[in-house]
Amino acid sequence: MAYSNKVIDHYENPRNVGSFAKDDPSIATGMVGAPACGDVMKLQIKVNEQGIIEDAKFKTYGCGSAIASSSLVTEWVKGKSLDEAQQIKNTDIAHELALPPVKIHCSILAEDAIKAAIADYKQKRGG
Amino acid sequence: MNYFQLFDLPATFELDLTELGSRYLALQRKFHPDNYAAASNRDRLMSVQQTANINDAYHSLKQPLLRAEHLLALRGLKISHEQRSFTDPVFLMAQMELREQLEEISTSDDPEDAIMAVEQQLQQQRKLLLRQLAAALEANTAEQNQQAAELVRKLKFFFKLQHELELIEQQLQD
Repeated sequence: MAYSNKVIDHYENPRNVGSFAKDDPSIATGMVGAPACGDVMKLQIKVNEQGIIEDAKFKTYGCGSAIASSSLVTEWVKGKSLDEAQQIKNTDIAHELALPPVKIHCSILAEDAIKAAIADYKQKRGG
Repeated sequence: MNYFQLFDLPATFELDLTELGSRYLALQRKFHPDNYAAASNRDRLMSVQQTANINDAYHSLKQPLLRAEHLLALRGLKISHEQRSFTDPVFLMAQMELREQLEEISTSDDPEDAIMAVEQQLQQQRKLLLRQLAAALEANTAEQNQQAAELVRKLKFFFKLQHELELIEQQLQD
């Protein structure tokens, strides 16, 4: 399997790996998985009072493309509002990382992870 | 194609694997292309096609997860190629923790002990999920079939973990 240079870069130097303290009210968590390959992805965002994502962290168990997709997304969401982050499309991720068709599902996973984190944040705020 | 019909077996999750094996061999012999060496082109082609079907069917029915998927597909629930993300947070958090446990094996004081501990957990959970899957497929209601599909998805994560554990075991042995 030939990975693109961008995938290799994110895989070898993943950005923002780790976890935030879960009990911090400004932190929201998105958890998603892909049954077909067993990949598990956790994406956390730190949101300020203005609704801007100040920071993001991820932890992914999966292939290089899944790690690269989540690493890229944590870079992209920083500084974005929740609404802007909600607009991130898997096709943008796949395009940026030059993912082959068989790895498109990794970008879908990353898109779903950020959407799950945003939903978690809204639920925390609303509830 | 109904793989159960091909082997003339009841379309159930609980399957007599010995019986499946002997029916597989019998069909293999019957349709073996060697038997069709003198036959017409059409019949030779049919025997090759049948042999391929028999192989596919056997491999699908032999493995519990593929068998469950085939059974669900026959009931109108196609999940084998779905790309939808799995989102049960409690289940996924537990998966993360198991992955972390796997990661810690190589640096633990007693890796063999650590492998045994994870192995036991995986086996226990797999058994439980397979039992629930068998019950849901047996019930065969719309709701229980959805439940069965969800259990197949969960089991896939556990089979993946088992595979990862085996890789770690191999690495430690080398």
